[in-house]
Amino acid sequence: MTTSRSTRIVLYVYGILVIAFLYLPLISVGFASVSQARYLSFPIKRYSTKWYGEALASSTVSDLLTTSLSVAVLVTLISVVVAFFGALAFARYHWRFRTTFQKLILLPIFFPQTVLGLALLMWFNSLGIIPSWKTAVVAHLVWIAPIATLIVAIRAYSFDPALEEAARDMGAGTFTILREVTLPLLMPGLVSAGLFAFLLSWGNFPLSLFTTGADSTLPEWLYAKMVSGYSPLVPTLGVMSVVGSFVLILAAFAVAWLVRANRDAKVAQD
Amino acid sequence: MNRLDGKLGLLSALPLALVLLLSFLAPLVVVALFSIMPPKVFSLANMPDFSAYSLFFSQGYYKSLLWSLGMALSATAILVVICWPLAYAMAKVFGRFSLILTVAVVMSLFVSENIRLFGWVLTLMKGGLIEGHLRAWTGMGFESPLYSVPIIVFGLVYVYLPFMLFPLAQGISMVPDDTRQAAYDLGASRWQVLWQIEVPLAAPGIVVGSLLTFVLAAGALAESKILGGQAVIAIADDVETAFTFGQNWPLGSALSMILIVIIGGLALFGVSKVDLDAIMGRKR
Repeated sequence: MTTSRSTRIVLYVYGILVIAFLYLPLISVGFASVSQARYLSFPIKRYSTKWYGEALASSTVSDLLTTSLSVAVLVTLISVVVAFFGALAFARYHWRFRTTFQKLILLPIFFPQTVLGLALLMWFNSLGIIPSWKTAVVAHLVWIAPIATLIVAIRAYSFDPALEEAARDMGAGTFTILREVTLPLLMPGLVSAGLFAFLLSWGNFPLSLFTTGADSTLPEWLYAKMVSGYSPLVPTLGVMSVVGSFVLILAAFAVAWLVRANRDAKVAQD
Repeated sequence: MNRLDGKLGLLSALPLALVLLLSFLAPLVVVALFSIMPPKVFSLANMPDFSAYSLFFSQGYYKSLLWSLGMALSATAILVVICWPLAYAMAKVFGRFSLILTVAVVMSLFVSENIRLFGWVLTLMKGGLIEGHLRAWTGMGFESPLYSVPIIVFGLVYVYLPFMLFPLAQGISMVPDDTRQAAYDLGASRWQVLWQIEVPLAAPGIVVGSLLTFVLAAGALAESKILGGQAVIAIADDVETAFTFGQNWPLGSALSMILIVIIGGLALFGVSKVDLDAIMGRKR
Protein backbone atom coordinates (compact mmCIF):
# COMPACT_ATOMS: atom_id res chain seq x y z
CA MET A 1 0.00 0.00 0.00
CA THR A 2 1.44 3.33 -0.98
CA THR A 3 0.67 6.35 1.11
CA SER A 4 2.69 9.42 0.32
CA ARG A 5 5.15 10.68 2.91
CA SER A 6 3.29 13.94 3.51
CA THR A 7 -0.04 12.13 4.01
CA ARG A 8 1.62 9.87 6.55
CA ILE A 9 2.98 12.82 8.49
CA VAL A 10 -0.43 14.54 8.48
CA LEU A 11 -2.06 11.36 9.77
CA TYR A 12 0.48 10.93 12.59
CA VAL A 13 0.01 14.56 13.64
CA TYR A 14 -3.76 14.04 13.56
CA GLY A 15 -3.44 10.95 15.76
CA ILE A 16 -1.34 12.83 18.29
CA LEU A 17 -3.83 15.73 18.28
CA VAL A 18 -6.70 13.34 19.00
CA ILE A 19 -4.81 11.88 21.97
CA ALA A 20 -4.14 15.42 23.21
CA PHE A 21 -7.84 16.23 22.77
CA LEU A 22 -8.78 13.19 24.86
CA TYR A 23 -6.44 14.08 27.70
CA LEU A 24 -6.59 17.89 27.77
CA PRO A 25 -9.49 18.02 30.29
CA LEU A 26 -7.55 15.75 32.64
CA ILE A 27 -4.65 18.18 32.56
CA SER A 28 -7.01 20.98 33.65
CA VAL A 29 -8.31 18.79 36.48
CA GLY A 30 -4.73 18.04 37.49
CA PHE A 31 -3.80 21.73 37.67
CA ALA A 32 -7.02 22.57 39.51
CA SER A 33 -6.27 19.94 42.16
CA VAL A 34 -3.05 21.69 43.22
CA SER A 35 -4.45 25.21 43.29
CA GLN A 36 -4.58 26.67 46.75
CA ALA A 37 -7.49 29.01 46.15
CA ARG A 38 -10.95 27.90 47.22
CA TYR A 39 -12.45 29.40 44.05
CA LEU A 40 -10.42 28.28 41.11
CA SER A 41 -9.24 30.55 38.32
CA PHE A 42 -6.42 30.16 35.83
CA PRO A 43 -3.54 30.97 35.69
CA ILE A 44 -3.01 29.44 39.10
CA LYS A 45 -1.33 31.82 41.52
CA ARG A 46 -0.33 29.56 44.38
CA TYR A 47 0.22 25.85 44.27
CA SER A 48 -0.39 23.70 47.28
CA THR A 49 -1.19 20.12 48.17
CA LYS A 50 -3.46 21.05 51.04
CA TRP A 51 -6.60 19.66 49.36
CA TYR A 52 -4.92 16.28 49.11
CA GLY A 53 -4.21 16.35 52.82
CA GLU A 54 -7.80 17.32 53.49
CA ALA A 55 -9.12 14.56 51.21
CA LEU A 56 -7.00 11.89 52.87
CA ALA A 57 -8.10 13.00 56.34
CA SER A 58 -11.80 13.14 55.49
CA SER A 59 -14.03 10.28 56.60
CA THR A 60 -16.51 10.98 53.78
CA VAL A 61 -13.74 10.28 51.31
CA SER A 62 -12.74 7.02 52.93
CA ASP A 63 -16.41 5.92 52.94
CA LEU A 64 -16.67 6.76 49.24
CA LEU A 65 -13.49 4.82 48.48
CA THR A 66 -14.65 1.80 50.49
CA THR A 67 -18.00 1.72 48.69
CA SER A 68 -16.47 2.12 45.22
CA LEU A 69 -13.86 -0.51 45.98
CA SER A 70 -16.36 -3.05 47.37
CA VAL A 71 -18.57 -2.66 44.32
CA ALA A 72 -15.66 -2.93 41.89
CA VAL A 73 -14.14 -6.01 43.56
CA LEU A 74 -17.44 -7.93 43.65
CA VAL A 75 -18.27 -6.94 40.06
CA THR A 76 -14.82 -8.13 38.95
CA LEU A 77 -15.08 -11.53 40.66
CA ILE A 78 -18.60 -12.28 39.41
CA SER A 79 -17.89 -10.96 35.89
CA VAL A 80 -14.80 -13.13 35.47
CA VAL A 81 -16.63 -16.33 36.46
CA VAL A 82 -19.67 -15.52 34.31
CA ALA A 83 -17.44 -14.44 31.40
CA PHE A 84 -15.40 -17.66 31.50
CA PHE A 85 -18.47 -19.80 30.83
CA GLY A 86 -20.16 -17.17 28.70
CA ALA A 87 -17.16 -16.95 26.38
CA LEU A 88 -17.13 -20.71 25.89
CA ALA A 89 -20.80 -20.60 24.91
CA PHE A 90 -20.06 -17.59 22.73
CA ALA A 91 -17.04 -18.84 20.81
CA ARG A 92 -16.07 -22.42 21.56
CA TYR A 93 -19.06 -24.77 21.65
CA HIS A 94 -21.27 -25.26 18.64
CA TRP A 95 -24.76 -25.32 20.02
CA ARG A 96 -28.17 -24.52 18.72
CA PHE A 97 -28.85 -21.01 20.00
CA ARG A 98 -25.29 -19.75 19.78
CA THR A 99 -25.88 -16.87 17.36
CA THR A 100 -29.00 -15.81 19.28
CA PHE A 101 -26.98 -15.86 22.49
CA GLN A 102 -24.22 -13.78 20.88
CA LYS A 103 -26.67 -11.10 19.84
CA LEU A 104 -28.61 -11.15 23.08
CA ILE A 105 -25.60 -10.31 25.21
CA LEU A 106 -24.78 -7.32 22.99
CA LEU A 107 -28.12 -5.65 23.73
CA PRO A 108 -27.27 -4.31 27.21
CA ILE A 109 -24.11 -2.68 25.78
CA PHE A 110 -26.32 -0.82 23.28
CA PHE A 111 -28.55 0.53 26.04
CA PRO A 112 -28.42 3.95 27.74
CA GLN A 113 -27.13 3.22 31.20
CA THR A 114 -29.18 5.85 33.02
CA VAL A 115 -32.38 4.22 31.79
CA LEU A 116 -31.07 0.78 32.79
CA GLY A 117 -30.33 2.10 36.27
CA LEU A 118 -33.86 3.46 36.65
CA ALA A 119 -35.38 0.24 35.38
CA LEU A 120 -33.36 -1.66 37.99
CA LEU A 121 -34.49 0.72 40.73
CA MET A 122 -38.13 -0.05 39.94
CA TRP A 123 -37.42 -3.75 39.67
CA PHE A 124 -35.74 -3.81 43.11
CA ASN A 125 -38.61 -1.79 44.51
CA SER A 126 -41.24 -4.22 43.24
CA LEU A 127 -39.22 -7.11 44.71
CA GLY A 128 -39.08 -5.27 48.05
CA ILE A 129 -35.29 -4.91 48.01
CA ILE A 130 -33.90 -1.69 49.51
CA PRO A 131 -31.15 -0.33 47.25
CA SER A 132 -27.63 -0.19 48.69
CA TRP A 133 -24.15 -0.67 47.25
CA LYS A 134 -24.98 -4.37 46.82
CA THR A 135 -27.75 -3.58 44.34
CA ALA A 136 -25.26 -1.37 42.49
CA VAL A 137 -23.17 -4.52 41.96
CA VAL A 138 -26.12 -6.07 40.11
CA ALA A 139 -26.54 -2.89 38.06
CA HIS A 140 -22.89 -2.81 37.04
CA LEU A 141 -23.02 -6.50 36.06
CA VAL A 142 -25.72 -5.88 33.44
CA TRP A 143 -23.28 -3.83 31.42
CA ILE A 144 -19.88 -5.16 32.52
CA ALA A 145 -20.49 -8.93 32.41
CA PRO A 146 -21.27 -8.84 28.64
CA ILE A 147 -18.15 -6.76 27.97
CA ALA A 148 -15.99 -9.16 30.01
CA THR A 149 -17.52 -12.04 28.05
CA LEU A 150 -16.58 -10.41 24.74
CA ILE A 151 -12.99 -9.94 25.92
CA VAL A 152 -12.62 -13.59 26.99
CA ALA A 153 -14.38 -14.67 23.78
CA ILE A 154 -11.63 -13.06 21.66
CA ARG A 155 -9.19 -15.40 23.39
CA ALA A 156 -11.56 -18.37 23.15
CA TYR A 157 -11.80 -17.93 19.37
CA SER A 158 -8.06 -18.36 18.97
CA PHE A 159 -7.78 -21.66 20.79
CA ASP A 160 -7.66 -25.00 19.07
CA PRO A 161 -10.53 -27.34 20.07
CA ALA A 162 -8.24 -30.27 19.23
CA LEU A 163 -6.45 -29.69 22.54
CA GLU A 164 -9.66 -30.42 24.44
CA GLU A 165 -10.46 -33.37 22.21
CA ALA A 166 -7.01 -34.87 22.80
CA ALA A 167 -7.56 -34.62 26.56
CA ARG A 168 -10.95 -36.28 26.17
CA ASP A 169 -9.49 -39.11 24.07
CA MET A 170 -7.02 -39.78 26.83
CA GLY A 171 -9.88 -40.25 29.26
CA ALA A 172 -10.22 -36.87 30.96
CA GLY A 173 -13.73 -35.90 32.12
CA THR A 174 -15.44 -32.60 31.24
CA PHE A 175 -14.56 -31.02 34.58
CA THR A 176 -10.90 -32.08 34.39
CA ILE A 177 -10.64 -30.69 30.86
CA LEU A 178 -12.09 -27.35 31.93
CA ARG A 179 -9.66 -27.10 34.82
CA GLU A 180 -6.49 -28.48 33.21
CA VAL A 181 -6.84 -27.40 29.56
CA THR A 182 -9.45 -24.69 29.04
CA LEU A 183 -8.79 -22.55 32.11
CA PRO A 184 -5.02 -22.15 31.56
CA LEU A 185 -5.56 -21.42 27.87
CA LEU A 186 -8.11 -18.70 28.58
CA MET A 187 -6.15 -17.24 31.51
CA PRO A 188 -4.73 -14.17 29.69
CA GLY A 189 -8.24 -13.29 28.49
CA LEU A 190 -9.62 -13.74 32.00
CA VAL A 191 -6.98 -11.45 33.46
CA SER A 192 -7.69 -8.67 30.97
CA ALA A 193 -11.44 -9.15 31.42
CA GLY A 194 -10.96 -8.81 35.17
CA LEU A 195 -8.93 -5.65 34.71
CA PHE A 196 -11.55 -4.15 32.39
CA ALA A 197 -14.35 -5.12 34.76
CA PHE A 198 -12.64 -3.52 37.75
CA LEU A 199 -11.77 -0.29 35.96
CA LEU A 200 -15.15 0.11 34.26
CA SER A 201 -16.95 -0.46 37.55
CA TRP A 202 -14.60 1.89 39.42
CA GLY A 203 -15.30 4.75 37.02
CA ASN A 204 -18.96 4.04 36.28
CA PHE A 205 -21.44 6.74 37.12
CA PRO A 206 -24.73 6.37 35.20
CA LEU A 207 -25.46 2.85 36.46
CA SER A 208 -24.70 3.77 40.07
CA LEU A 209 -26.77 6.95 40.02
CA PHE A 210 -30.11 5.34 40.91
CA THR A 211 -29.08 1.99 42.30
CA THR A 212 -26.89 2.70 45.32
CA GLY A 213 -29.66 3.92 47.62
CA ALA A 214 -28.20 5.75 50.61
CA ASP A 215 -24.64 4.71 49.78
CA SER A 216 -22.59 6.71 47.33
CA THR A 217 -19.71 5.78 45.05
CA LEU A 218 -16.89 8.16 44.21
CA PRO A 219 -18.14 9.13 40.69
CA GLU A 220 -21.64 9.72 42.10
CA TRP A 221 -20.35 12.06 44.79
CA LEU A 222 -18.27 13.95 42.24
CA TYR A 223 -21.31 14.37 39.99
CA ALA A 224 -23.45 15.63 42.87
CA LYS A 225 -20.81 18.26 43.71
CA MET A 226 -20.34 19.25 40.06
CA VAL A 227 -24.00 20.03 39.38
CA SER A 228 -24.68 21.73 42.72
CA GLY A 229 -21.87 24.11 43.50
CA TYR A 230 -18.14 23.66 43.37
CA SER A 231 -16.01 21.98 46.01
CA PRO A 232 -12.21 22.23 45.87
CA LEU A 233 -12.17 18.52 46.66
CA VAL A 234 -13.75 17.66 43.28
CA PRO A 235 -10.55 17.98 41.19
CA THR A 236 -8.51 16.42 43.99
CA LEU A 237 -10.67 13.32 44.25
CA GLY A 238 -10.92 13.19 40.46
CA VAL A 239 -7.15 13.06 40.20
CA MET A 240 -6.92 10.44 42.96
CA SER A 241 -9.44 8.24 41.17
CA VAL A 242 -7.66 8.60 37.82
CA VAL A 243 -4.22 7.97 39.31
CA GLY A 244 -5.58 4.87 41.06
CA SER A 245 -6.81 3.44 37.74
CA PHE A 246 -3.62 4.24 35.86
CA VAL A 247 -1.39 2.73 38.56
CA LEU A 248 -3.43 -0.46 38.32
CA ILE A 249 -3.04 -0.52 34.52
CA LEU A 250 0.71 0.07 34.74
CA ALA A 251 1.01 -2.67 37.37
CA ALA A 252 -0.87 -5.04 35.06
CA PHE A 253 1.46 -4.20 32.15
CA ALA A 254 4.49 -4.69 34.41
CA VAL A 255 3.25 -8.10 35.60
CA ALA A 256 2.47 -9.20 32.04
CA TRP A 257 5.96 -8.13 30.96
CA LEU A 258 7.61 -9.98 33.89
CA VAL A 259 5.66 -13.16 33.16
CA ARG A 260 6.70 -13.03 29.50
CA ALA A 261 10.36 -12.28 30.35
CA ASN A 262 10.34 -15.16 32.84
CA ARG A 263 8.90 -17.55 30.27
CA ASP A 264 11.38 -16.46 27.61
CA ALA A 265 14.22 -17.01 30.07
CA LYS A 266 12.95 -20.51 30.80
CA VAL A 267 12.65 -21.32 27.10
CA ALA A 268 16.20 -20.05 26.60
CA GLN A 269 17.44 -22.32 29.39
CA ASP A 270 15.84 -25.47 27.97
CA MET B 1 -18.84 -34.79 19.88
CA ASN B 2 -21.64 -32.63 18.54
CA ARG B 3 -24.22 -33.63 21.09
CA LEU B 4 -21.76 -33.01 23.87
CA ASP B 5 -20.97 -29.60 22.41
CA GLY B 6 -24.66 -28.78 22.34
CA LYS B 7 -25.08 -29.68 25.98
CA LEU B 8 -21.94 -27.88 27.16
CA GLY B 9 -22.84 -24.78 25.15
CA LEU B 10 -26.25 -24.53 26.75
CA LEU B 11 -24.84 -25.14 30.24
CA SER B 12 -22.08 -22.57 29.94
CA ALA B 13 -24.48 -19.97 28.56
CA LEU B 14 -26.65 -20.33 31.67
CA PRO B 15 -24.83 -18.07 34.17
CA LEU B 16 -24.75 -15.06 31.85
CA ALA B 17 -28.26 -15.73 30.59
CA LEU B 18 -29.46 -15.82 34.19
CA VAL B 19 -27.70 -12.55 35.05
CA LEU B 20 -29.26 -10.83 32.04
CA LEU B 21 -32.70 -12.32 32.63
CA LEU B 22 -32.81 -11.04 36.21
CA SER B 23 -31.10 -7.72 35.73
CA PHE B 24 -31.95 -6.68 32.17
CA LEU B 25 -35.10 -8.32 30.86
CA ALA B 26 -37.12 -8.35 34.09
CA PRO B 27 -36.47 -4.64 34.86
CA LEU B 28 -37.55 -3.68 31.34
CA VAL B 29 -40.81 -5.55 31.84
CA VAL B 30 -41.34 -3.66 35.10
CA VAL B 31 -40.76 -0.32 33.32
CA ALA B 32 -43.29 -1.28 30.65
CA LEU B 33 -45.86 -2.17 33.32
CA PHE B 34 -45.25 0.97 35.38
CA SER B 35 -45.66 3.16 32.32
CA ILE B 36 -49.36 2.27 32.10
CA MET B 37 -50.11 2.92 35.76
CA PRO B 38 -52.07 5.98 36.93
CA PRO B 39 -49.96 9.01 38.00
CA LYS B 40 -47.83 9.04 41.14
CA VAL B 41 -48.27 5.46 42.30
CA PHE B 42 -45.41 3.32 43.60
CA SER B 43 -46.85 -0.15 43.11
CA LEU B 44 -48.13 -2.14 40.18
CA ALA B 45 -51.39 -3.06 41.92
CA ASN B 46 -53.48 -0.36 40.24
CA MET B 47 -55.88 -0.11 37.34
CA PRO B 48 -53.84 0.56 34.22
CA ASP B 49 -54.43 3.73 32.22
CA PHE B 50 -52.36 5.51 29.62
CA SER B 51 -52.40 8.98 31.19
CA ALA B 52 -48.60 9.10 31.46
CA TYR B 53 -48.24 8.78 27.70
CA SER B 54 -50.65 11.61 27.02
CA LEU B 55 -48.48 13.86 29.21
CA PHE B 56 -45.65 13.23 26.75
CA PHE B 57 -47.48 15.37 24.21
CA SER B 58 -49.45 17.75 26.41
CA GLN B 59 -46.50 18.73 28.67
CA GLY B 60 -44.02 19.20 25.83
CA TYR B 61 -41.76 16.27 26.72
CA TYR B 62 -41.50 15.46 23.03
CA LYS B 63 -39.34 18.57 22.68
CA SER B 64 -36.68 17.07 24.99
CA LEU B 65 -36.81 13.86 22.98
CA LEU B 66 -36.35 15.74 19.72
CA TRP B 67 -33.44 17.71 21.21
CA SER B 68 -31.79 14.52 22.44
CA LEU B 69 -32.24 12.74 19.11
CA GLY B 70 -31.08 15.80 17.17
CA MET B 71 -27.96 16.28 19.27
CA ALA B 72 -27.18 12.56 19.10
CA LEU B 73 -27.57 12.66 15.32
CA SER B 74 -25.25 15.66 14.96
CA ALA B 75 -22.67 14.06 17.25
CA THR B 76 -22.80 10.85 15.22
CA ALA B 77 -22.39 12.66 11.91
CA ILE B 78 -19.44 14.70 13.22
CA LEU B 79 -17.84 11.57 14.67
CA VAL B 80 -17.99 9.68 11.36
CA VAL B 81 -16.14 12.54 9.67
CA ILE B 82 -13.46 13.09 12.31
CA CYS B 83 -12.90 9.39 13.05
CA TRP B 84 -12.65 8.23 9.42
CA PRO B 85 -9.10 9.46 8.67
CA LEU B 86 -7.84 8.22 12.03
CA ALA B 87 -9.55 4.84 11.72
CA TYR B 88 -8.17 4.55 8.19
CA ALA B 89 -4.67 5.31 9.45
CA MET B 90 -5.04 2.83 12.32
CA ALA B 91 -6.11 0.07 9.96
CA LYS B 92 -3.78 0.75 7.04
CA VAL B 93 -1.00 3.24 7.75
CA PHE B 94 0.16 3.20 11.38
CA GLY B 95 2.13 0.17 12.45
CA ARG B 96 3.17 0.26 16.08
CA PHE B 97 1.54 3.65 16.59
CA SER B 98 -1.87 1.96 16.17
CA LEU B 99 -1.24 0.04 19.36
CA ILE B 100 -0.15 3.15 21.26
CA LEU B 101 -3.23 5.00 20.02
CA THR B 102 -5.50 2.10 21.00
CA VAL B 103 -4.03 1.94 24.51
CA ALA B 104 -4.31 5.73 24.93
CA VAL B 105 -7.95 5.78 23.80
CA VAL B 106 -8.95 2.76 25.89
CA MET B 107 -7.25 4.19 28.98
CA SER B 108 -9.28 7.39 28.65
CA LEU B 109 -12.42 5.22 28.83
CA PHE B 110 -11.48 4.11 32.33
CA VAL B 111 -11.75 7.65 33.63
CA SER B 112 -15.26 8.40 34.80
CA GLU B 113 -17.01 10.43 32.10
CA ASN B 114 -18.11 13.10 34.54
CA ILE B 115 -14.50 13.75 35.59
CA ARG B 116 -13.54 14.24 31.94
CA LEU B 117 -16.51 16.51 31.25
CA PHE B 118 -15.77 18.50 34.38
CA GLY B 119 -12.23 18.88 33.04
CA TRP B 120 -13.73 20.54 29.95
CA VAL B 121 -15.64 22.94 32.18
CA LEU B 122 -12.35 23.88 33.86
CA THR B 123 -10.70 24.18 30.45
CA LEU B 124 -13.34 26.29 28.73
CA MET B 125 -14.93 28.37 31.48
CA LYS B 126 -14.24 32.09 31.90
CA GLY B 127 -11.02 32.15 33.88
CA GLY B 128 -10.42 28.54 32.86
CA LEU B 129 -7.28 26.93 31.45
CA ILE B 130 -7.59 28.51 27.98
CA GLU B 131 -9.33 31.83 28.61
CA GLY B 132 -7.43 32.53 31.84
CA HIS B 133 -4.01 32.02 30.28
CA LEU B 134 -4.94 33.88 27.12
CA ARG B 135 -6.05 36.88 29.14
CA ALA B 136 -2.95 36.78 31.34
CA TRP B 137 -0.67 36.73 28.29
CA THR B 138 -2.45 38.96 25.79
CA GLY B 139 -4.93 40.88 27.88
CA MET B 140 -7.79 39.70 25.68
CA GLY B 141 -10.38 37.27 26.93
CA PHE B 142 -13.40 35.70 25.26
CA GLU B 143 -16.87 34.70 26.33
CA SER B 144 -17.09 31.14 27.61
CA PRO B 145 -18.68 28.76 25.07
CA LEU B 146 -20.18 26.72 27.91
CA TYR B 147 -23.89 26.26 28.60
CA SER B 148 -25.10 26.15 25.01
CA VAL B 149 -26.31 23.48 22.60
CA PRO B 150 -23.10 23.25 20.51
CA ILE B 151 -21.05 22.55 23.63
CA ILE B 152 -23.35 19.63 24.54
CA VAL B 153 -22.79 18.18 21.07
CA PHE B 154 -19.07 18.76 21.61
CA GLY B 155 -19.29 16.81 24.89
CA LEU B 156 -21.10 13.94 23.16
CA VAL B 157 -18.47 13.87 20.41
CA TYR B 158 -15.75 13.82 23.04
CA VAL B 159 -17.23 11.09 25.24
CA TYR B 160 -18.33 8.73 22.48
CA LEU B 161 -15.30 9.04 20.18
CA PRO B 162 -13.92 5.59 21.08
CA PHE B 163 -17.28 3.94 20.32
CA MET B 164 -17.06 5.24 16.75
CA LEU B 165 -13.30 4.92 16.26
CA PHE B 166 -12.89 1.21 17.00
CA PRO B 167 -15.80 -0.16 14.92
CA LEU B 168 -14.73 2.11 12.03
CA ALA B 169 -11.13 0.90 12.18
CA GLN B 170 -12.41 -2.67 12.28
CA GLY B 171 -14.64 -1.99 9.25
CA ILE B 172 -11.87 -0.33 7.23
CA SER B 173 -9.45 -3.17 7.97
CA MET B 174 -11.89 -5.44 6.12
CA VAL B 175 -11.43 -3.50 2.85
CA PRO B 176 -8.91 -5.52 0.81
CA ASP B 177 -5.91 -3.50 -0.35
CA ASP B 178 -6.00 -5.27 -3.74
CA THR B 179 -9.49 -3.97 -4.50
CA ARG B 180 -8.47 -0.39 -3.76
CA GLN B 181 -5.28 -0.77 -5.78
CA ALA B 182 -7.21 -2.25 -8.70
CA ALA B 183 -9.56 0.73 -8.69
CA TYR B 184 -6.64 3.15 -8.74
CA ASP B 185 -5.00 1.17 -11.57
CA LEU B 186 -8.22 1.44 -13.57
CA GLY B 187 -8.04 5.22 -13.22
CA ALA B 188 -10.41 5.90 -10.34
CA SER B 189 -9.92 9.19 -8.52
CA ARG B 190 -9.41 9.38 -4.76
CA TRP B 191 -13.09 10.36 -4.24
CA GLN B 192 -14.34 7.54 -6.42
CA VAL B 193 -12.27 5.05 -4.42
CA LEU B 194 -13.65 6.48 -1.19
CA TRP B 195 -17.31 6.47 -2.23
CA GLN B 196 -17.42 3.39 -4.45
CA ILE B 197 -14.90 1.07 -2.79
CA GLU B 198 -14.04 1.99 0.78
CA VAL B 199 -17.36 3.22 2.17
CA PRO B 200 -19.46 0.31 0.85
CA LEU B 201 -16.94 -2.33 1.93
CA ALA B 202 -16.45 -0.79 5.37
CA ALA B 203 -20.23 -0.40 5.78
CA PRO B 204 -20.60 -2.92 8.64
CA GLY B 205 -18.13 -0.93 10.74
CA ILE B 206 -19.81 2.37 9.86
CA VAL B 207 -23.25 1.00 10.75
CA VAL B 208 -22.14 -0.49 14.08
CA GLY B 209 -20.15 2.60 15.08
CA SER B 210 -22.95 5.00 14.14
CA LEU B 211 -25.65 3.01 15.89
CA LEU B 212 -23.57 2.61 19.01
CA THR B 213 -22.74 6.31 19.28
CA PHE B 214 -26.26 7.42 18.36
CA VAL B 215 -27.93 5.13 20.84
CA LEU B 216 -25.60 5.98 23.72
CA ALA B 217 -25.69 9.71 22.96
CA ALA B 218 -29.49 9.76 22.76
CA GLY B 219 -29.75 8.44 26.31
CA ALA B 220 -26.91 10.55 27.68
CA LEU B 221 -27.41 12.72 30.73
CA ALA B 222 -24.07 13.98 32.05
CA GLU B 223 -23.12 16.02 28.95
CA SER B 224 -26.20 18.23 29.04
CA LYS B 225 -26.10 18.57 32.83
CA ILE B 226 -22.40 19.33 33.30
CA LEU B 227 -21.49 21.18 30.09
CA GLY B 228 -24.91 22.38 29.00
CA GLY B 229 -26.19 23.89 32.22
CA GLN B 230 -29.86 24.53 31.56
CA ALA B 231 -29.47 25.34 27.84
CA VAL B 232 -31.69 22.46 26.79
CA ILE B 233 -33.17 19.53 28.69
CA ALA B 234 -32.23 16.07 27.45
CA ILE B 235 -34.85 13.33 27.56
CA ALA B 236 -32.77 11.37 30.09
CA ASP B 237 -32.83 14.48 32.26
CA ASP B 238 -36.65 14.60 32.10
CA VAL B 239 -36.75 10.95 33.06
CA GLU B 240 -34.50 11.59 36.04
CA THR B 241 -36.55 14.59 37.17
CA ALA B 242 -39.79 12.61 36.92
CA PHE B 243 -38.33 9.98 39.22
CA THR B 244 -36.57 12.21 41.73
CA PHE B 245 -38.22 15.64 42.16
CA GLY B 246 -41.47 14.72 40.46
CA GLN B 247 -41.91 11.45 42.40
CA ASN B 248 -43.95 10.32 39.40
CA TRP B 249 -42.76 6.85 38.49
CA PRO B 250 -45.39 6.15 35.82
CA LEU B 251 -44.43 9.36 33.99
CA GLY B 252 -40.74 8.51 34.23
CA SER B 253 -41.46 5.00 33.00
CA ALA B 254 -43.54 6.22 30.06
CA LEU B 255 -40.75 8.60 29.00
CA SER B 256 -38.23 5.77 29.41
CA MET B 257 -40.41 3.43 27.36
CA ILE B 258 -40.50 5.87 24.44
CA LEU B 259 -36.71 6.11 24.56
CA ILE B 260 -36.37 2.34 24.99
CA VAL B 261 -38.57 1.59 21.98
CA ILE B 262 -36.59 3.92 19.71
CA ILE B 263 -33.21 2.78 21.00
CA GLY B 264 -34.14 -0.88 21.35
CA GLY B 265 -35.41 -0.93 17.77
CA LEU B 266 -32.16 0.56 16.48
CA ALA B 267 -30.06 -1.71 18.71
CA LEU B 268 -31.90 -4.84 17.53
CA PHE B 269 -31.44 -3.74 13.93
CA GLY B 270 -27.74 -3.09 14.49
CA VAL B 271 -27.13 -6.31 16.35
CA SER B 272 -28.89 -8.36 13.68
CA LYS B 273 -26.53 -6.88 11.06
CA VAL B 274 -23.27 -7.97 12.70
CA ASP B 275 -21.66 -11.31 12.17
CA LEU B 276 -19.68 -11.65 15.38
CA ASP B 277 -17.82 -14.76 14.30
CA ALA B 278 -16.45 -12.86 11.31
CA ILE B 279 -15.48 -9.77 13.32
CA MET B 280 -13.95 -11.40 16.37
CA GLY B 281 -12.78 -14.81 15.23
CA ARG B 282 -10.85 -13.90 12.15
CA LYS B 283 -7.74 -15.77 13.32
CA ARG B 284 -9.29 -19.19 12.84
